[in-house]
Amino acid sequence: MDIYLPIAEMSVNALVIVGFGAVVGFLSGMFGVGGGFLTTPLLIFYGIPPSVAVASAATQIAGSSVSGVRAHWRRGGVDPKMGGVLIVGGLVGSTIGSYIFKALKDVGQVDFIIQLLYVLILGVIGGLMLIESVGALLRARTGQAPPPARKRHHGLLHRLPWRMRFPRSGLYISPLAPLALGAAVGMLTAIMGVGGGFILVPAMIYMLGVSTSVVVGTSLFQIIFISAAVTVLHAINTQSVDILLAILLLVGGTVGAQLGAQFAQKLGGEKLRVALGLLVFLVSARLAVELMIRPSELFTVVEGMAL
Amino acid sequence: MRRLAALFLLLACALGMLTALPGAASAQRAGPRLITDLSQSRVDIEYTFAGADIMLFGAIDRASSLRNRQLDLIVVVRGPSHPLTVRKKERVAGVWLNTRSVRFHTTPSYYSISSTRPLEEIVDPKTAAIYEFGIANLHFSPASTERSAQEIQEFQTGLVDLRNRGGLYVENMGGVRVVEGVLFRTSARLPGDAPVGEYSASVFLIADRQVIATTSVPLTVGKTGFEQAVYNFAIDQSLAYGLLAVIIALASGWGVAAIMRR
Repeated sequence: MDIYLPIAEMSVNALVIVGFGAVVGFLSGMFGVGGGFLTTPLLIFYGIPPSVAVASAATQIAGSSVSGVRAHWRRGGVDPKMGGVLIVGGLVGSTIGSYIFKALKDVGQVDFIIQLLYVLILGVIGGLMLIESVGALLRARTGQAPPPARKRHHGLLHRLPWRMRFPRSGLYISPLAPLALGAAVGMLTAIMGVGGGFILVPAMIYMLGVSTSVVVGTSLFQIIFISAAVTVLHAINTQSVDILLAILLLVGGTVGAQLGAQFAQKLGGEKLRVALGLLVFLVSARLAVELMIRPSELFTVVEGMAL
Repeated sequence: MRRLAALFLLLACALGMLTALPGAASAQRAGPRLITDLSQSRVDIEYTFAGADIMLFGAIDRASSLRNRQLDLIVVVRGPSHPLTVRKKERVAGVWLNTRSVRFHTTPSYYSISSTRPLEEIVDPKTAAIYEFGIANLHFSPASTERSAQEIQEFQTGLVDLRNRGGLYVENMGGVRVVEGVLFRTSARLPGDAPVGEYSASVFLIADRQVIATTSVPLTVGKTGFEQAVYNFAIDQSLAYGLLAVIIALASGWGVAAIMRR
């Protein structure tokens, strides 16, 4: 079933795109991340222009995050105050990121930078998650006691001014830390077309020390706002949001997310983290190999008189 | 220098056409004439668009002097010309990234040529170059004057190769069928990502390696209804478009979650 995408200006097989959405949605529902880090490379691999892939993936992430937050909100798994601070930072970051994206697009290096960022960030996070979760799994198997919880308020975080209370997150910290984290993730969201959940979730746990019961819900909560803002910014700056592409992704993604969330309950928390770490790491390795082997197309064509 | 040469060529062509015009008018009765039409004068890109086949057909109105001569036909379908930039990936410190680029002023976004027999059997290389017969004879007017001729050729070959494989530059020698020496037909395939714009389909009648008659019909490739509306909306009202995209995304996320919970 072929469908013509008005912004990407090409026809695609609708079932394939819905399938992409469903697979990514399933994984994202399972792991509590937006899944943009999978959608964007898949779309680019399929032949969608990278800028359209990034912008439209952001639209899809907004939709699938709402689906996830709905469930978390009901059981009190969202800290709106922490989320609000992250959002403010995220809006600043994504505005900056959107301009960086446009500048990179103009000089023709956007594909390379996007791919390099993916390799570096996914590789580091995937690797760290693997080490941490495999360790936890092994300890559980051999019956060792888990190592004592790390001190949640470390030095640097403690010294930042204007501390305030985030009761649901169980924190008394300066809002500057989540503000900076939100800004960094927002910037990546705009440049990489990712919601940033796979960065935000570990950063909230290990860097800020947010209570794990609200991490996933709060992360998804802020992703809604940031990916919505990124969609609008891309619509204005690059006009590369393909609404039809986003809808196709949403059809599969929202259903897949719900199924994934149900499946996650059957799988244990540690196994889930090993699986996510492995997945993130494999995507990174795949992209790294792609950067290093000779591409099948050496030439690319851009409309107009670019640099 | 190159641009100057192109200008002269253009002037020469215009002059040639001017002087030929009165002759052409009087030749309408005496000389050969081509009558051509397309299966459709407009290709609508709608949501199910996955490419289209354009049928071109027509008749040769032979002048008495041509009765016993071998005639050949060349049919060229051209898409709108665009300026564009071709970039090349090269290996730098172990990774592949865009390094050099060459810009071209006029590149046909679509070009399809079909003929009754292989080109070299029906026209001289010089004629082929003047009329841009064949993909190898397309004039791209490179804008990057700082590049060497060799480099420009390299990028031009890269571009042609890319579009050739993408079905945007097509050669179909022997693709024009002539019935009883009078009626002819051929077809051109537009791929699913054919650019939108004003196309032209031109027919050239060849005798003794010379072009003796030509005719041209316009062809519009355009998005219709919904696709055009979405595109215009995205360009003209980008803020409202972005907001609408967000609303659709949020509503469908919320809606599916609500349905699945039942």
